[in-house]
Amino acid sequence: MNKDIQINIIDRNGKTHLVLVPVNMNLNLMEVCKLNNIGVEGTCGGMAMCSSCQCYIISHHNLPEKNEDEIAMLFESLYVKENSRLGCQLFITSELEGLEIEIAPN
Amino acid sequence: MINTDILIIGAGPTGLFTVFEAGLLKLRCHLIDSLPIPGGQCSEIYSKKPIYDIPSRPEILAGDLVNKLLEQIKPFDPTYTLGEKVLKMDKISENEFIVTTNKGTKVKSSIIVIAGGLGCFEPRKLLINNIENYEGRGVDYIIKDPEKYNDKKVVIAGGGDSALDWIIFLSDRVNSLTLVHRRNEFRGAPDSVKKVQSLKNKGIIDVITPAEITSIKGEDKLTELSIKRDDIITNVNTDYFIPLFGLTPKLGPLSNLGLEIENNFIKVNNSLDYQTNIPGVYAIGDINTYPGKLKLILCGFHEATLMCQSAFKRIHPNKKNILKYTTVTGIHGFDGSIKESPKSTIKAIK
Repeated sequence: MNKDIQINIIDRNGKTHLVLVPVNMNLNLMEVCKLNNIGVEGTCGGMAMCSSCQCYIISHHNLPEKNEDEIAMLFESLYVKENSRLGCQLFITSELEGLEIEIAPN
Repeated sequence: MINTDILIIGAGPTGLFTVFEAGLLKLRCHLIDSLPIPGGQCSEIYSKKPIYDIPSRPEILAGDLVNKLLEQIKPFDPTYTLGEKVLKMDKISENEFIVTTNKGTKVKSSIIVIAGGLGCFEPRKLLINNIENYEGRGVDYIIKDPEKYNDKKVVIAGGGDSALDWIIFLSDRVNSLTLVHRRNEFRGAPDSVKKVQSLKNKGIIDVITPAEITSIKGEDKLTELSIKRDDIITNVNTDYFIPLFGLTPKLGPLSNLGLEIENNFIKVNNSLDYQTNIPGVYAIGDINTYPGKLKLILCGFHEATLMCQSAFKRIHPNKKNILKYTTVTGIHGFDGSIKESPKSTIKAIK
């Protein structure tokens, strides 16, 4: 049975938010941030076209590989680090239990 | 001064649909947007991407949605001030506001509607030491006057459509043109990538990849850029540097209009009509917040419809409420056009 997972999100002001997220709703991390008012714009609506949901992955989870759109957008983004990902391209699954991320500046 | 019934700040889908609902109530609209074209995010960020949650449209490209809205509101003859930002809003009397833009345009209106989405789009600024000192002195984040680059040396950085489009546009008018991108691949319309490849093959432009600008020099104005590729730094003389790394929305001047702001959004009274703390000023679409708010285009359309009813009552307090069914009355445009369903023909069967 699907159960909610917990994700730790550090917003742009350094505040940590512990959020419970359902795994069976096909949500992505950008949507999770918006739903919880964590100050992520999601300007392009989740199409890897704006990088306003760029985040740094702090925990050591095995994440899906970046797709071509995400790679291209990160090459056009600022504040990019080794652990940068676009929240809109990371879908919530039970494997992400305990994920820790920090929202990048925009 | 421009005079109107409703001034709409923001020409995205919600702002555009407001013109339609206002038009049914015989209210005229003027729109102001900081972008040079109407459509907001749908035009600027993802015009070629499909949207799937517009009622009756199983799939529609964002750009096509904007075009359809423009077609839908055309009979109501909206007027536009594009490429300008609202800086000031003065309430002259109960139903009279004067709004001033950064270019000095003044609009007098009975009602103000802020449909500004996530705010004004501003260019993302590069993180290079001292670059801010060269803004307007060789570094341009926005191309406002392409003529100024004629016969000059220009370097453009970026890997998206904007960088490619301007490279193509400027290629036959500048002295030298260089495109710098952090990787070899470009994300743009295939046709644009092909054109830029052809310009490079003909020696008309220089393309430096994978590379990035690391420093910027010049006395009174920009004269030299350092470009790093494969850990080797090359200095390039140039007159202009145009970094094109996309746009990011900022509430900006809209946050200084005296409106109640919550978490960077404009607080409205959702139970009634999306009016803000200033009577006669409404906020609809993605820019507003209230309990239960959903940032969806279709919710923006709904908010626009209710807001127009409230605006009508403010402008015409002694008139009765009007609810127009377009199936019955059709569309009577301000331009004299009439769009209505054909009348039934009643004939006896002998």
